[in-house]
Formats: sequence, structure tokens, C-alpha cells
Amino acid sequence: MALSYDDVMAKYEPVLGLEVHVELNTESKMFCSCSTTFGGEPNTQTCPVCLALPGALPVVNAKAIESTIKIGLALNCQIAPYSRFARKNYFYPDMPKNFQISQYDEPICFDGFVDVEIETDEGPKQFRIEIERVHMEEDTGKSLHVGGATGRIHGAEYSLLDYNRAGIPLVEIVTKIVPGTGKYAPEVAKAYVAELRDILRGLKVSDVKMEQGSLRCDANVSLRLIGSDVLGTRSETKNVNSLRSVERAIRGEMIRHAELLNGGKKVKQETRHFQEDTGLTRSGRSKEQAEDYRYFPEPDLVPVAPAAAWIEELRAQQPERPSLRRKRLKEQWAVPDKEMAAMINADVLDIVEETVLLGAEPTKARTWWLGEISRLANEKDVAIADLSITPKDVADIVALVAAGELTDKLARQVVEGVIAGEGTPSEVVAKRGIKVVNDDGALMAAIEKVCAEQAETADKVRAGHVPAAGALIGAVMKETKGQADAARVRELLLKHLGQG
Amino acid sequence: MIKNTAAQMSAALEKGETTSVELTKLHLDRISDVDNKVKAFLHVDGESALKQAAAVDADRASGKKLDPLAGVPLALKDVLAQEGVPTTAGSKILQGWKPPYDSSVVTKLKAAGVVILGKTNMDEFAMGSSTENSGYGPTFNPWDLTRTPGGSSGGSAAAVSAFEAPLAIGSDTGGSIRQPAALTGIVGVRPTYGAVSRYGLIAYSSSLDQAGPFGRTVLDAAMLHEVIAGHDPRDATSINAPVPAVVAAAKSGDVKGLKIGVIKQLQGDGYQIGVQARFNESLDILSSLGAQIVQVDCPSFEYALAAYYLIAPSECSSNLARFDAMRYGLRTGDNDGASAETVMNATREAGFGREVKRRIILGTYALSSGYYDAYYGSAQKIRTLIIEDYKKAFVQADVLVSPTSPITAFKIGEKSEDPIAMYLADVATIPVNLAGICGMSLPAGLADEDNLPVGFQIMAPAMQDQRLYQVGAGLEAALVSKWGGYLISKAPALGGAK
Amino acid sequence: MSSLSRDDVAKLASLARIEMTEEELVNLASQFGSILDAVARVQELNLDGVKATSHPQPLENIFRDDVVQPSLTPDQALSGAPAQEEQRFRVPQILGEAE
Ligand SMILES: [Mg+2]
Ligand SMILES: [Zn+2]
Repeated sequence: MALSYDDVMAKYEPVLGLEVHVELNTESKMFCSCSTTFGGEPNTQTCPVCLALPGALPVVNAKAIESTIKIGLALNCQIAPYSRFARKNYFYPDMPKNFQISQYDEPICFDGFVDVEIETDEGPKQFRIEIERVHMEEDTGKSLHVGGATGRIHGAEYSLLDYNRAGIPLVEIVTKIVPGTGKYAPEVAKAYVAELRDILRGLKVSDVKMEQGSLRCDANVSLRLIGSDVLGTRSETKNVNSLRSVERAIRGEMIRHAELLNGGKKVKQETRHFQEDTGLTRSGRSKEQAEDYRYFPEPDLVPVAPAAAWIEELRAQQPERPSLRRKRLKEQWAVPDKEMAAMINADVLDIVEETVLLGAEPTKARTWWLGEISRLANEKDVAIADLSITPKDVADIVALVAAGELTDKLARQVVEGVIAGEGTPSEVVAKRGIKVVNDDGALMAAIEKVCAEQAETADKVRAGHVPAAGALIGAVMKETKGQADAARVRELLLKHLGQG
Repeated sequence: MIKNTAAQMSAALEKGETTSVELTKLHLDRISDVDNKVKAFLHVDGESALKQAAAVDADRASGKKLDPLAGVPLALKDVLAQEGVPTTAGSKILQGWKPPYDSSVVTKLKAAGVVILGKTNMDEFAMGSSTENSGYGPTFNPWDLTRTPGGSSGGSAAAVSAFEAPLAIGSDTGGSIRQPAALTGIVGVRPTYGAVSRYGLIAYSSSLDQAGPFGRTVLDAAMLHEVIAGHDPRDATSINAPVPAVVAAAKSGDVKGLKIGVIKQLQGDGYQIGVQARFNESLDILSSLGAQIVQVDCPSFEYALAAYYLIAPSECSSNLARFDAMRYGLRTGDNDGASAETVMNATREAGFGREVKRRIILGTYALSSGYYDAYYGSAQKIRTLIIEDYKKAFVQADVLVSPTSPITAFKIGEKSEDPIAMYLADVATIPVNLAGICGMSLPAGLADEDNLPVGFQIMAPAMQDQRLYQVGAGLEAALVSKWGGYLISKAPALGGAK
Repeated sequence: MSSLSRDDVAKLASLARIEMTEEELVNLASQFGSILDAVARVQELNLDGVKATSHPQPLENIFRDDVVQPSLTPDQALSGAPAQEEQRFRVPQILGEAE
């Protein structure tokens, strides 16, 4: 009989620890000049260094150091005036040197924190996640398991290795233990990873795509009896690859631990693997089998000692914290909660802000990006950012509408034209011959024609029944192919029918 | 012609008295005449050597400005990667491996037009002091074919002393250039750590390894030193500074007024009588040339050997992890159903020799949790003390000196069953490596008791390599005039000499 | 007198991925006593307060610019492979779990 989450919480308190691996978006790898482009043909992005050919030597990518310091600063960390790389020794076929260049007792950033806010029964509540360290390391190659039923490692007859990913710069962000989250542990963890993702995105140091593995989370969970200060045995769930999975994996582990403990059994200290399909974890390597990594300072690399002036320069360049920025924009733009959430969800905050900074009115900017442009992106099945329309284009379009040179309807045609690659908004307007008819003569001709065709309706208006004018205005707009300014049509029509 | 110095060959090429093709052929002939006895080479690539030589001759004919060593042949220690040429580091685990890239040393040699004759034998992965640990059988000392040429660069040293090549490249992690130079009666230099790029040098101990030149004279070594030294952005430990003017120093040889420090700890007990005698004689000569001899004390040198035999094995246990049968090299035990781990275990068992396994196990132990501080950690602290001893000594003296090896060339098999006895062969050379400074060995004569060459070691501070050549050239000139020729001319003919 | 037992050596050999014969294990274990005694001399001095040196030259901050250079061709990359398939290195089945 499975325990309910409430049963677990009645007896135990969870303690979390989170390790997040982030692939940096540098052009070249951490220790060699091979490209980091995602999805290349196998083994086309390898060299003597990242294949660990005899004699090859690593050289540190300066940009990776800079990105790591930026991350450390954004997470309120101390930046070490002196840090070193170390070798973590263990054999694995996806790791060509059979050691990973990482950092051990001298990480580049340490002692930071991130505040996250979640919705609780008592309203919004803030939790502080303390950061133990932020360090640099390198990714491994990719193995393809051949034979066996599932393509998984178990039962495979052999494996095929592609080292394109070997040596891509990774930053590992490790929290201190996180107590005191109570029943909100899964939500807090999820909010933390989401906040990290936003911070990293704001820093522009990573693509932070969990689906592509550029952001991966390992979750340590243990339970202790409420009131006890003795930590329980933890399990480490590896490679939890979506925000939703973070929440599910932690909740699942809490229940699994509680069931073991209630049954008088012990939790094994081991790594576990999250199963996306079932939401459960599967046992991996246990502590007894764990390697002795024999860390020692990497003799092929010299220490990293960032100058204080450089750190201050990077500090000065720090973007606004995502949480503060969200709060500020929400107030500045007077956006309702729901709309704000929609923008964050659709990931258009940056682009809307840019559009506003180019002079567009916030509501208009938001409506365009979240409405018509999102719709077109969906239709084409591409990300908004990948459409060829820019914030400048949208700001121009908003301005044209405000100046009365475009109607909303025409503006939609312009947006479509820009996305179709026909040029800037004014070029599209020119090429497509889109213009608002504001020649009163032409409008009057259309009005007279419509009033003659719908004489009955026209008479109603003449008799003072103004709402009936709507149908006539619609017909005039249709007559002018939508290029007329509806407000001007209304004005002229009412005047023509003696109601002006 | 093959008995000439590299500098003389260079001059003859310059004057058109010979061609590189002719010079290369003569050396290839010499190799086919004597290498069946010496076994200096693992691989001779006559065809591509002649092609390279012809290209240099063509360049010279077209009036191109050439490096002084352009067209002069050289033997390359098999620890350096050369594109398309078998590179094994003396190990069975790399048998047949052809690198798809050139080491930076090879790139520089090629750019200078130096003709690479082939790859020379070595102790497997440079671990050893006798070249007996090669996976391909030992090299024999041209002075006495029953003895070792020293090691680990024994093949390179033997090739130069047997006139199979006027020049050679070796690598020196604990004395692997200087000790075989001493045992074969030639000149060998370990440049300052970081002066010659390690890119493409198959790593034994990363913080100690350094490639360097062998020649039969101080000037020859200097000319080769200038070709291979210099900053390399592909090696993060490479020093970004101008190459010391070693050729100019080798041409000067003026030692007047220089202070020469004799290290108290590197003589006496354990040093063969004939070795000590030749060493003292050289000191007298330097003194007569106007140098001032002073005594210096380096107390922590007593712990250098112990520190070395922790640091080098620790680093090698990690450096050699890449030889795992997955991407290149030997693969054994890949039977139906065998796992990657089983294949790795079987391949490393079959592919590595005894000494390599011994050092990997020792290094694995020294780094393992619970032992790190006591072993590896303490060794790195001893290293600090040795650096400080040198610093103090270099305040008292411009260069420091000692015998290179406590003993002359020993018999093949004599020490191969006793690792500790073998390790002692490097007792005088190791401190230089631990401190990252530079050192030279040059011939000081023959020991009276066995008529075998004795090496005189000179040490200088980091990036003061020119001091080695300055003092070495001064001493060499005086000794050569005393002997009436280079010591190497006293070496036995080996038959087939031309 | 330091020493390592046959089982200690076996454990180290497994960490180092070297499958040793029983004879080798016993031999190494017997040699290790004198080797360890020799290297244990590093513990004779009082090293409190002495800094450890891991790099012989006092270099710092050696970086390269984040610029892509040509990689090897896949043929070059795979030229030494004991086995290959579909432009990938073919290796025996991997048991256990990735890090
Ligand atoms: Mg890690
Ligand atoms: Zn690469």
C-alpha cells in the first residue's frame, strides 16, 4: 500500500541538495578549439586533445572562465582569487582521457545564494537556497548502445561512441544542503532550477535547453524524522531533464524513502536514474561500488587567478536579476498577473522589453508578440526568436498604426510580410501597396455607394438610430479593402447622414 | 663525414661540399651497418628522410634562406608524435599506432629542415634508466655492447654516440637525457621546464617531462636547442619568453669570473671512484680557466628521489589511463560477451610492461583517499623545499655542478631485477626536474676502473639555459685540447665505420 | 616498515584497470615493502606550513581565445580505432552506469 504524500509529511522532513550541470554556449570546447555546435555528424568535432590522443594537451578557453565568473557573481558567490583545475580519475569509455578535468578543493566560485519564491497555503513565500560552489569541468562523449531490446545500456551487445560532445565546457552548480522546505520541497527545487535557468539565460552564457541536455539536474534527497537533527541517508537521482521531472523525481524519492523507513528498512546511499515514462527512479551504482577518484591538481594547466579589476568589470556588467526584473516590468507595464505569466511562459519578456525600449506602448508590444506573432510562430512550428521579425520591426508597426497610417488589420498583413522576408515594415507597405485610404473624396464615394445600396439602414441612422451605422461602416471598410481608417469612415458617414 | 659534428655538416652543406641527400644516405648506411648491434632505432624511415633531404637540397639550390641545421639528419625519441609514422613510446600497447598529428617539436624540426631518420628506442613510456624496459628489447651501449646506454632516452643517446645520427631528441623526466648522455659520452641537455613545448610528447609525468637535444658537442646541442625551443600556445605550461641565446653562449665558452657551486649532497658515498675523479678534474680545469669554485649545501636533495618516485608515478597513473583499448592502440580479450571493463583490464595487463605497471600501482596508491596527504602531498612539499634550496644556492653561484650519474654504464640485466637500485641511477639528475630548472651533461673523460664515459652535470636557473652552454663550452674546449680530440672519437668502431 | 598485502595490490590493480595474474600480485606485494620504505622518506621532515608545489614554474592565467579551429577529419579521428562502425568508435558492451 503506497504512502500518500501527506502521510510522508506527517512524519518526516525532507533535506535537499541539488547539483546542476550547465553546458556553456562557447564557440569552442573547454580545452581545445573544436566546435561545440549541436548535432554534427559523429566524430567530426574532435581533435587530438578531446580524443585524448597520446601527447595532446589541454588549454583553457578564456570565455568559459569569464562565463563561470559571471554565473558565480549572479549567484552571489565569492570569486576565488586563486583556483585550480584537478583531475577526477575514473575509467569510462565515453571519457577519452579516463579522467575528467574538473575542480576539486579550489573551485572558482563559492558561498553564494539564490532566493526563490513559491506560492504556499499562506501566500507567496521566499526560500533561500545556499550555493556551496560553482566550478568548471568538461562534458563526456555520447554512447549509442546497440543490440538488446531497448537500446539501453543493459543488454546491449556493444556500444558506438561519438566524441563530438566530449570536452564541451560544463559548469557545475552545487547547493549546500537545503533544509526547512517541508512539504514544499519539490516546488522549491523546481523553482530553484527555473530561477537558475532564467539567471543563466539572462547572462547569455548557456542555451539552457533541458531537452537538449544543456541544463541537467541531479537531485539529492534524504528524510529525517520531524524534530530530529540527524540527517538521513540520501539518494542521488541523476539527469533529471525537465522542470516537471525535478518536482516529480523529488516527490517520488520522498515517498520511496518514507516507505523504506516505515517498513524498518534502510535507504541505500546510491545513485538512481529518473524514468521519464513512469516518474519513478531506478537503482544505479551504490556507494560501495563508488570509485576512489584520486583527485590531484591538473599538472597540464596552471592556476586561474582572476584579477580583481576583471571581476569588478564583470560585476558591473551583470544583468538585472530575473526576479527583480520581472517585478519591475510588471509594475512599469501595469501587466495583470495572468498576462505576465503568459509572457514568461512564452519566453517573450526580453523581446517585448526591447520593443518597448524602441518606443512601442507596452500593451501594444505585448499584444503583438504574444498574439499574432506567437500564432505565426506556432503555425510555422518555430521559436519566436527564430522568426525574421525584430523588436524594431514591431515598434515601427506600432508607430505606423498610432500615426493612422495602418489599421490593425493592415498591420497584421505587414507583420506577415516581414516574417515572409519581404523586408522592413515600410518596405512591405510599399511593395504590397498597403495604405490607409484617407482621401476623403474616395471615402465619400464609397459611403454614398453603400448608403444607396443599403438605403433602409441609412434611413434608420438618419432617423437617429446611430448603432445601426456599424453595418454601414463595415460595408465601407469592405468596399475600401480594409485600407480605410475606421474612425474617419464613421465620422464622415455620420456627418453624411446628418448625425455628425 | 658521419664523424663530423652537426656544425661541420651544416657548414659543408652551406658551402655546397655535400648535399643533404648524400648526408642522409651515409647515415642510413651507417644505421644498416651497426644498428643490428646497437638497436638504437625502433623505426627507420629512409624513404621519407631522403624525400625531406631532397626538398632541403632543392630549397638550398633555389637560394632560399635556410636554418643552420637544414639538411642535417636527426634521430627522434619515439615518445614524440610524428604524423603518419609509428609512435609507440616503447610500449606494446601502442604498437602500430600512427598519430594523425605532429608534436610541436616535430613541427619545428620540419620547419627548420632537419631530416628525421626515424624513431629511437626508449624505456617504455620513459620509465627507466637503462632502456631495458622497452617493449621492443634493449638498446646496447656503443662503448660496450654488454652494457646499457642508460635511459630512458637510451636509443637517442646510442644513435648519436654510434654515429648513426649527429643529433637526437630525447626527453628528460628524471634525468632521461642527461644520464644516457653521460653513459654514452655525448652531450645532452634538459632545457628549462616550459622552454620546449610538450604538445605531442607522450606524457609520463606532466610536471617533470621536458624534451631536449643530444649532440656530440656543446655547440651541436645548442643549435638543436634553438630549433626546438620557444613558446607554444598549445602547451599551457609553455613559457612565453624569448629563447635564451644558447648558440652564442656555446660559441663563447668564457667562464672567467663565474661562480660554480659544487653541491655537497651530490657526491661522495655511492659515487664511483672514477666518476668522482673525473668530476674533480673538471673542477680543477674550470678553476684554471678563471671560474671560482664554491661549495653549496642543498639539504633537502636527500629527499628528492623519494619525492620523485611519488610524483612521477602519481601523474603517470593518470596520464596512462587513456591507454584503454577503446580509441587506439592494442585491444585484447574482446571475446564474445566481454565487457568494456574486462577488455580494458586485459589490454592493460598485456600491453604494459612490468615497470610501467609497478609505477601505475604505486601512483594509484599514493593518490588514493587516505594516503594522498602522506605521500603525494608530502612529496609536493619536498618539491617546494628543493626549489628553495636551489634558490639559495643560485645566490651563491651562477651555475651548480655535480657528476651526472653516480656510476658509469652498467651491465644489461645487472639492475633490472632490483627497482630501487635502478632508481638510484637518477639520484643526481632528479632535483633539476623537481625544480623545473635546466641541466646539461657533457663528457668529462673515462673512468679509470672501467674505461667508460663519465658525465659532468651543470645546472642553471630557469630560463638561464645559456649559462649551461657557456660553462659547458669552456670546459669542453679545455678537455678536448687535453685529449687531443672529442671523447667520442675514442669510442670503439663497432665495425663498418666509414 | 611499510607494506601492501596481495589484496591491497589487487584492489589498486582493479582501480587502475590492470588485470594481474596471481603471481604478479604476489610479486608486486613483496616488492612494495622496500619501495614504500624508500618513498616514505618524504614523511621524515616536518612539513607543517610548507606549501605544496604542483607546477614547477609560477605561471597563472594561461588561456586561449574562444575561437574554433579545424578539427581532425573523421577518418583521421578513427584512424587508430581497434573497431569502428557508422563513423563511431565501436567498443565492447558497457556495464554499469555513466556518471
Ligand atoms: Mg561534476
Ligand atoms: Zn577537440
